[in-house]
Amino acid sequence: MRGILRKLAGAVLTLLAVTLLVFLAFRLIPGDPVTALLGTEITPERAAQLRAEMGLDDPLLVQYGRWVIHALGGDLGTSYSYSMPVSSMLAGKLPITLTMSLMAFVLSIALAIPLGILAAKHEGRIFDRVLLALCQVIMAIPPFFSGILLTYIFGIVLRWFTPGGFISYERDMVGFLRYLILPAVAIALPKAAMAAKLLRDSVIEEAGKDYVRTAYSRGNATMEVMYRHVLRNAILPVVTFLGMALADMVAGSIVVEQVFGIPGISRILLTSISNRDYPVVEAIILGIAGLVVVANLLVDLLYRLLDPRLREA
Amino acid sequence: MRSWRKGAGKIALLIVLSTLTATLGGCASGKAGQSDLSEITIGIPQDLDGLDPHRATAAGTKEVLFNIFEGLVKPDAAGDLQPAIAENYSIENGGQIYRFALRSGVRFHDNTEVTAEDVKYSLDRAAGLGGGEPIVAALSKIEGVEIKDAHTVEIKLNTQDTDFLPYLTVAIVPQHIEDLEKQPIGTGPYKFVSRSPQENVVLTRFDNYWGEKAYLRDVTLKIESNPDAIVMDLQGGSIDMFARLTTVQVDQLSRDQFTIYEGTMNLVQAMYLNNAEKPFDDVRVRQALCYAIDPQQIMDFVSDGAGTELGSSMFPAFTKYYLEELNHTYDQDLDKARELLTEAGYPDGFSFMLTVPSNYTQHVDTAQVLKEQLAKIGVDAQIQGIEWNSWLSDVYSGRKFQATVVGVDAANLTPSALLSRFVSDAGNNFCNYSNPAYDEAYAKAYEATNDADRTHYIKECERILSETAANVYIQDLPEFVALNKKYTGYTFYPLYVQDIAKLRPAAQ
Repeated sequence: MRGILRKLAGAVLTLLAVTLLVFLAFRLIPGDPVTALLGTEITPERAAQLRAEMGLDDPLLVQYGRWVIHALGGDLGTSYSYSMPVSSMLAGKLPITLTMSLMAFVLSIALAIPLGILAAKHEGRIFDRVLLALCQVIMAIPPFFSGILLTYIFGIVLRWFTPGGFISYERDMVGFLRYLILPAVAIALPKAAMAAKLLRDSVIEEAGKDYVRTAYSRGNATMEVMYRHVLRNAILPVVTFLGMALADMVAGSIVVEQVFGIPGISRILLTSISNRDYPVVEAIILGIAGLVVVANLLVDLLYRLLDPRLREA
Repeated sequence: MRSWRKGAGKIALLIVLSTLTATLGGCASGKAGQSDLSEITIGIPQDLDGLDPHRATAAGTKEVLFNIFEGLVKPDAAGDLQPAIAENYSIENGGQIYRFALRSGVRFHDNTEVTAEDVKYSLDRAAGLGGGEPIVAALSKIEGVEIKDAHTVEIKLNTQDTDFLPYLTVAIVPQHIEDLEKQPIGTGPYKFVSRSPQENVVLTRFDNYWGEKAYLRDVTLKIESNPDAIVMDLQGGSIDMFARLTTVQVDQLSRDQFTIYEGTMNLVQAMYLNNAEKPFDDVRVRQALCYAIDPQQIMDFVSDGAGTELGSSMFPAFTKYYLEELNHTYDQDLDKARELLTEAGYPDGFSFMLTVPSNYTQHVDTAQVLKEQLAKIGVDAQIQGIEWNSWLSDVYSGRKFQATVVGVDAANLTPSALLSRFVSDAGNNFCNYSNPAYDEAYAKAYEATNDADRTHYIKECERILSETAANVYIQDLPEFVALNKKYTGYTFYPLYVQDIAKLRPAAQ
């Protein structure tokens, strides 16, 4: 229990550090929200007036402190460029990115686990070799490239969907999910390939260990040996990997959303950075960092569940 | 010993196959609905920076708001001002009084009628007459707005200016709306429906519009922030139109599917020089650069030869003021360029930082050619790409730069929109150009009481800029618009404007 508490405290500190870093980083790059808002019609008087209105005159730490206190109270501030609350601005976009990442996650598990086991079963034979080679290639293709490739093949050549098209989940849930399939595939492929290879190696290693022979010699059925002993041990490194991959997929969706024209948080994040719209950027970074922390905690918990030896620690 | 693998393998294979089938099956039926010709989706390169017509500054926002808001007068496709909310007007007292008779029956999008009070409210608001800084700096010339009767409004300026009418295209907005950002209500042919940040802006036809009504009912402006996706989206049909394409993009589009309209962007693309900074404070150095470069080569490289050469801060859409002969002030002459550099004390050339906003492909490409051309006279341009916001703060407001390649457009149809920034003490004189002869010519142009004198001095200003090589003038960039063949009617304006009301379904 104390271990979990310590981990939670660490998580909070991590989040504080990340947001402070973002806050400071913004002051290092030139330009501020006022130059972005006024554009070529900027005059020193109007800029000064606007800066005062937005509270950008205050010392850095005061501004950061103000933001933290508001954020703790659930108020993420107001976007400078859209003059609407950040929370309501992201509320419409977050489900899109999260759904897409979740689809990618499920897809990579659904592909990696069976394929990994299958390859281990055929170790050294043709299926195993082809799969390994394929995994190697897919791992090397970044999602934005496979995204362009998929759009070209399924959108332009086969015309199965409209490139850049998108249906809001509020209008048509099924259509919405369909438009997220290809982006999810693009994100999932390299992760699935890595996880499959990891699982294959891990299963082969475990299956060769002495306790497996012992299990057989005690008269256990094949499937039982596989699922109660081999897989349970072999899957541990894969769980670690997938936990990190989940956070990575949310962050990685930023590039993929651009390629497929999916209006999730990524475009908001990118334009908010160039518009120096701090409140929006802070909120999104907080979200992504939070996800990484939560994913790590989940992996820890899952470990304890899978491996009784760790429960004592 | 390895027998356990058999059963597990079968299950695994089944899962993989069913996952793939579900994935691809989902795609197959994911085709979007066929588009109806009463609606159109237009791609725009960036999201609007606001919906309040007085506060919006980005050209990309103004060109959209043109469809929603109107002023007392509004420009037509020829660049002439036509009465809009006003039915007619008269200019009195040598340009100090502008009297407008309001058109009756003009309605806002919420169906309330436009009153003289709304007109006064809008002008006061934009000109900052209620206290505070004017929102639209150019309107600070307005001394007062007076309601003469229910249908007459009189605007008094603090100086005589017969060229003030183009500023009165400023949007007339309803007095009863608190927040225009949330309720952008105007009188234009389209009314605002909704927006989703970084996704789209939806407009619909305003059926009680006073003038010629729009053809297409529903308009979705889809934000295409990824330039690499534009061509695919056009080909795939998720957008029907996109303006300001590059030649590379245009070449990828099939002429069977799209009509390509070619016009000009109406801006002055130049290598703008910081005239206060060494070595560009020396007129001979600036002239040497002008002699070294060849705009035609730049146009060939950047856009396959399309574009219009420029020799001063004026583009051809201003037919009355544009001087074509200034394109030949500096025909390429490398010997002369070297000679001038030697005279100025740089016999071996020099090196300088050329800052370019990297989001504008055309400017970046231009900078590459400039670098090659300048290398021939021993001048080394070090290209530094920066993002737009840094450009705005460092180059434009901070004036911390040596040279930059950008296009400067005219905010309205007055030559002063292009020329006023070169007056020595102008707030937006980012080139730090300072020349008493220019200041005098410019002042005379605006003191002139008759049109011939004014035109004379404006042309004089252009000549001075050209002769003193204020900047290395290059071109008015070509503009390519792709419109799906299902539609027709795209119209170019000499301003940064997209007139959606003129688009209509092509004859079947």
